[in-house]
Parts: sequence; C-alpha cells; structure tokens
Amino acid sequence: MEMSDRPSSLRLLSDQTSYQNKIFFRTPVAAFFTLIFPLFIFMVFSLIFGNEYIPELGVSLAQYFGPAMAVFAAVSATYTNIASVTAYQRDEGILKRVRGAPLPAAIYHGGKIVSGILVAAIAVVVMMAVGAAFYDIQIYADTLPAAIVTFFVGVGCFASLGLLVAGLVNSGEASTAVTNATLLPLAFISGVFIPPSDDAPAWLDTVASIFPLKHFVVPFTDAFNPTFVGSPWQWDHLAYMAVWGVVSLVVGIRFFKWETKAGGGRKAKRKSEKASTAI
Amino acid sequence: MCNNPPMQVIEVHNLVKRYDDVVAVDGIDISIEAGEIFALLGPNGAGKSTTVEILEGHRSATTGTVSVLGFDPSTRHRSFRERIGIVLQETAVEGSLTVVEAINVYGRMYPNQRPTRELIEIVGLEEKSDARIKTLSGGQRRRLELALGIVGDPDLIFMDEPTTGFDPSARRQAWTIVQNLTSLGKTVLLTTHYMDEAQVLADRVAVIAEGRIVAEGTPESLGGREDAASVISFHPEEASLDGLPADKIQVGENGRVTLESKTPTRTVHDVTGWAVARGIELSDLTVARPSLEDVYLQLTAGDGDE
Repeated sequence: MEMSDRPSSLRLLSDQTSYQNKIFFRTPVAAFFTLIFPLFIFMVFSLIFGNEYIPELGVSLAQYFGPAMAVFAAVSATYTNIASVTAYQRDEGILKRVRGAPLPAAIYHGGKIVSGILVAAIAVVVMMAVGAAFYDIQIYADTLPAAIVTFFVGVGCFASLGLLVAGLVNSGEASTAVTNATLLPLAFISGVFIPPSDDAPAWLDTVASIFPLKHFVVPFTDAFNPTFVGSPWQWDHLAYMAVWGVVSLVVGIRFFKWETKAGGGRKAKRKSEKASTAI
Repeated sequence: MCNNPPMQVIEVHNLVKRYDDVVAVDGIDISIEAGEIFALLGPNGAGKSTTVEILEGHRSATTGTVSVLGFDPSTRHRSFRERIGIVLQETAVEGSLTVVEAINVYGRMYPNQRPTRELIEIVGLEEKSDARIKTLSGGQRRRLELALGIVGDPDLIFMDEPTTGFDPSARRQAWTIVQNLTSLGKTVLLTTHYMDEAQVLADRVAVIAEGRIVAEGTPESLGGREDAASVISFHPEEASLDGLPADKIQVGENGRVTLESKTPTRTVHDVTGWAVARGIELSDLTVARPSLEDVYLQLTAGDGDE
C-alpha cells in the first residue's frame, strides 16, 4: 500500500497539541486551578501583607511572590495537569483508543507536553502582566532571557514528571492525590508560599534541595531581583532540573500504561457491579 | 467475486494466552478470508475479548502464531495500525470535543482518511455534528464509535459488541453499514452477544467457551443445526397421551408436550392424525429447528455465568 499520504509528524504534533489545548480550556476546573488560583493567592497575599519592602529578600513582597506564584502556576499547568488528564484518559479508555490508532506514542506524549508548556506560558505571562500592571512588579531586560530559559527547563522537567506520575498511578483519583501530596508540601518548603528564611531549620532546606521545585523557584525569582548578585544564568539549578526531567521522561515512558488493569475503569466497575448483583 | 485466490486476512494457529495461572485462551485456530464477516460468540470471560485484543495488537500471545494482514500484530507496526479499524466496546472519546472534532483528530492520523462529513452521514449524526460528545445519548455515542472505527478506511475492522445499547432501528442501520463495508471488500471481525446479529451479519461464526473454539461454521450449520432434529411441541386439551405415535415424548410442568423428530413432516402428520382421531385440539402446535441461540446455549452451557 502506498504510504506517501501518511501525515507528517509535525502535523500530527500540532493536531495533538491543539486537541490537548481544547481539552484543557474546556475543563473549567483545570483552567481555574492553573490560571486563576495562583493569581488569586498572589492577590490575597498582597492584600493581607501589603506590598512592603522585605529586607531579607531585598525586594518588595510582590516582586518576590509574583514570580514565585508564576512558577507555581507553570508547575500546575504541566506536572498536575498532565498527570491527572492522562490518568483520567486512561480510566475512560481513551488511551486504549490512541494506542490502537496509527499515532506514534512519542507524538501523543509530545502533544501533551507542548500543550502543557503553552498553558504554563500563558499562566506565567498573565501573572507577570497583572503584577506589572497593578503591583509594580519590575521586569528587567538583562535578566529576562535567563528567566525564559529557566521557565523552559523548569516546565520541561515538570511535564516529564507529570508523565511519570501518570504512568505510576492506577487511576485519575490517585494521580490527583499524588500530585497534590507532592506539590503542596514542596511548595511550602521551596519558597513558593513562604519566602526562604534563615529561621527555618537547615534540614528542611536540604530536603527541598533534593526535589526540583526549589531549583525552579530560585533562579526564576532571582531573575526578577535587582539586588541579586551573580549571573542570572544559574546553570547548577538548570542542570539539576534537566537531570530530573530526563530521568522522569525515560522512566515515565518505560513504565507508561495505556490501559487500567481491568482494561478500562468504567467497564471494570460495571463488571464488578454485575458480578455482585449476580451473587 | 474477485479473480485472485482468497487471501487470509487473519491466520491464527494454536493461540494460547496465559495470565499467571489462568489460561484465558487455550489453543485456538482461526482463519478469516478477505471480505468475510466473522463473528466470535461466547460468554463473558470465555476468551473472546482476549483473542480480539491479541489480534488488534493490544496484547501479545503467550504461544502460537498470529498473522493479521500479513503482520505480527504484537509488533504494533504503524503500517498495520493504518490498515485496521477498532470499534471499542465502550465509546472512549473526550466528552468535551464535538463529534466533528473527534472524527477529525483521529481521522487525520490515517493516510486514507475518509471525509468527516461522509462518515457523519453514514452513521446518521448530522444533527449532532457540532454537539459536545458528553451531550450525546448512549446510542449516538455508539454510532460515533462506529464512525471512528472506519475513519481510516481500514481493510479490517474489529467490532467489539458494536450494537449493544442500540434501539432496534439503529441496530438495523448499523447492520446495513457493516454489510456495506464488506461490499467494499473489507473484512470484519465481530464479537456479539446477539444471536440475531450474528445470524444476519456473519458469513461464519465461531463459539468460544473456556478459551477454546467449541464450534465453527455458517450461522445455518453451526453445531450441526442443519441436521439437528426438529422440535414439535403443543398443549393437548386432555392429559392422556395414550397411543401418541411418537417416542422421546417429554411433558413439561405446564402440560406442554415436546418431542423431537428428524422427519418432522411425518411426525406432525402422525401426531395430528392421532389428535383428530381422538377429537382433541392441540393448541399452540409449533414445529421448530433449534435456533442459533439454542445451539449457542447448549455449546456454552456451564461456561461463564453471565
């Protein structure tokens, strides 16, 4: 059979990306928690604590929390969303359909990752734009390229982690539990909700340093801190995230499951119901 | 018919699938020619779905040889997946997409994509083409599933219980769609619980029970149906059957008399002659050959419970 009409990988990737975008923007809960919720927290923080200068940080509260919450939004858009959407799609049997279609797995995962990164970019731009317009957040041209590169390395890492979680859990519910149980505590100790402080015990910072979130928050917030001394290109943090990302991607694809154990969540549920009524 | 010798689209020899200690498929052989509609019947848990999933490339066989369209499906070669279509038992599509969007996103993966509008017409979803899938009724979702199964103009279509949940007229429409596919030279492997569906659609039928094929043939000949004895039954006005000229008489609890005969014309003649001579009426006299369902139930008795 003549295969010259086989669609190009680029076209398939763009199809998959727009398909995943549609799903995201048509799922109000996901859109709310990714785009609105971090902005809301930022505004409430500013309301409660005011936009004062914080000597330990060397900047105003908003100048720190704006970028920090932008990182949180970017991580939600990639890590949390990719893990839950994928696990729920597996529950619904959608992944099984994809696997039976002539779509290379890499393009399927790729579309999801690109879509997650696009959503993350929107979330970060919205957060920083609102911060600049209403909270006097300064954006510096000389550190902006480093901030952008940090963003891409960070979301790449967390998108891969989302895929890893999706592959390891058995259901959509479990994926939501795992992403929340990992992201929220780490956000507290990695400088997202509470700025880094010398009062915190050193071991807590050591724990935070093991995981990639802190390595995203530090270089990204530093890029918006005019008193930060040193190069905005913090290669150690970027390399650390890159290693986490690559390992997650390799392990995630290796252990990725296209079907639930029973071959489909709803079907399995119905079967067990049938079995119990039969008894 | 075509001039070429018939090509085997599916060729399975001694297929075995084991999960730990459980033998799901216990050595089956299947051979399906191009253009055939082949129905696989069997209770849930008999190995039907496992077999189909191995042929689709979703699972791999423990032992045995499997060739589908000349491919080993377990390699899941892209050229293989471009030539098959799968109608899943559950309609699994994102509810937030519209019918058109779903058909497009899957159709664009295939080199021989069928036009979306044409598919929507074939399955009769014109009025729902821009509706979100989550707003569709169960029957409409199944029709979308059918469209997705043929969106890549496949040579071989797997249909897992394609009309479950259809109302009678939708089922007849679906049957016409399936029959039209084979007029285009497509091959269909169907699993179903509906004997009338197998009877109408299938060129050949195989019954799976406990992981083995227990009978195979045309719907007319399955399980020796052609040669099977006819069953004559009636409800006599009086209880006494003295002098009834037949053997193998059985009387049911409600007084209904059934008897089997390989020469039904003669037996009916004898029985009615007996009744007329005694001046009794035989209410609801029927003569029937075992239905496909009778044969199926007999073949699968004791296997599965659903």
